[in-house]
This record gives sequence, C-alpha cells and structure tokens, in this order.
Amino acid sequence: MLTEFGKVLIFIFLAIIFVALAFIVNRLIRPARPTREKVLTYECGENPIGSPWIKFNVRFYVVALIFLLFDVEITLLIPWALVYKEYGVYGFIVGFLFLFILMLGMLYEWRKGDLDWVKPEVKPKDLKTVMEEFEKEYGKI
Amino acid sequence: MTLEQITFIILALIGLTSALMLIIQKNPVYSVLLLILHFFALAGFYLLLNAQFIAVLQILVYAGAIMVLFVFVIMLLNLSNEEALKDPFNLRKIIASIFGVVLILQFGVFFFIKAKDDLNVTISPNSIEAGSIKKISEVLFSTYLIPFEVTSFILLVGIIAAIVLAKRKFE
Repeated sequence: MLTEFGKVLIFIFLAIIFVALAFIVNRLIRPARPTREKVLTYECGENPIGSPWIKFNVRFYVVALIFLLFDVEITLLIPWALVYKEYGVYGFIVGFLFLFILMLGMLYEWRKGDLDWVKPEVKPKDLKTVMEEFEKEYGKI
Repeated sequence: MTLEQITFIILALIGLTSALMLIIQKNPVYSVLLLILHFFALAGFYLLLNAQFIAVLQILVYAGAIMVLFVFVIMLLNLSNEEALKDPFNLRKIIASIFGVVLILQFGVFFFIKAKDDLNVTISPNSIEAGSIKKISEVLFSTYLIPFEVTSFILLVGIIAAIVLAKRKFE
C-alpha cells in the first residue's frame, strides 16, 4: 500500500532522476574543451586567492551548540503544537512551562553575552594626534 | 517482491554506500555531506517502519543541527593537512580491526543461527496509527507529561553547560 510518505519518496526519486538525466544529456551534447581558466574555482571573475579553508570564529561554535539544543526543543514542540488546542488552557500551561524553562536558558545565554558580537570600535582620530603622528614620521612641518 | 521490499533495498543501498564512502573519503567535508545522505536513508528506514515522528526527528536533529556542529568542528580544526594528523603507530588499526571482526561474527551468529526464523517480521496493521505524531502527542501529554516537562530541564542544563564549557575552553 502506498502511504503519503511513499508518494513523497517517489517524488524524491523522480526529482533525482530528472536532475541526473539533465546533467547526463548536457554532458553528452555539449563540447568539452576544458582549459585552466575554465576549470578554476569561480570567484567573481578574479583569480582565486588562498585556500578555501577558513577558520571560523570560535563564537559561532557556541551559537551552533545552542542551536542544537533549541532544535531538540523544536522537535518536542511539534507534538505539542498539534494537540494543544484540544487540551485548552491545560495544553497552553503545559507548553508555557516547557517554553518558560527553556527561556531561562535563553536569558542566561543573553546575559552571558554570547549573543553580542564584539564589533571593532572605530574611533576617529582628532587633528592633534594626526599632526603628532605626521611629525613623528616626517619631521616638523 | 513488494513495493516495501524494493524501497528497503534501494534505501539500504544508498545507506550502505554512503556510509562506506564516508569512511573511505579523504576530504572531511565530503564525509560530512555523505553522512547527511546516510541520515536521510536512515529516516527512510524509520518511515518504512511507520515511525514518522522518529523520521522527522532524524532529519531535523541529526541531518540539521548535529551536521552543523560537525561542519563547525571541521572548519574550526582546519583539517586541510590531514595527512600530518595520521597516527604513526598502527596499534589503533589493529585493535579496530579486531573489534570489527568480532562485530561481524556477532552479526553472523545473530542472522544465521539465532534469528534465522524470526526475520520475517510483519508490521502490525495499526502501526501507522501508532507512529503518527498525533498519537505520540496524545500519549506525551497524558501519561508522559512529567517526563516531557523534565526534558525542558535537561535541555536547560545542556544550554548552560554548553555556554560554560565552551567559554572555558576557548577563552
């Protein structure tokens, strides 16, 4: 018997076959004359500079960890969202308690400053320091 | 062969090939992508067993959040020069292969001796109803209400621990 998920599965397989067929047909029809410029990584028309490996800022890691926990929370809220109307006030209170406790975690994160991004402070120099620096470098004006 | 068996075989092929490729792959980023494919195949298995909620969990939590973590760890470790990290001693490989052989033997015993007659399991007709999210939520909010609320405490502990530990590690 075909459930609704079975239909989704057929849809997924058809989508994969469709894309794969398009690629295969393209590969067969098009002329293939690769040069160095053609196979380079596309970087807005510039020559690519440096390695594509970049080190992420560590503070993203904390955000990702907390995202994982809130993601688990979301999965527990899916069943709640389906039935809370049937339970009326009781269902509301249950969900509220659940969310309230998790909100404490959110507040802790906020308070600890993990949601704040440190921006480099731009302080415009005043004329005096500019003059001093200039004189240091090039002698008296 | 029924449609279910065909789907099972296709999913098993996808899952096994992606798992194998994952291990063979040199580039860790490709490994992560193959792991995502593997998780999707696993979600397909859960759907075949009429466990819809678990399938949704699998995709949301594993293919979503945990993979984000994996990608972050890979990018943080900067593994572009993986060969240098290789263990020069082969002791680890020897131990791993011993365990692997033991595991294969266990599977062999299980499939060919112990569970030879029990493999033809039929799915009970009301399992679709039992695995639906609605059914789970009904049980969750009557019988298992207190565990549900306690889960939020566990998650809270997890959030606080993540913040504290990550801070201590990096700063």
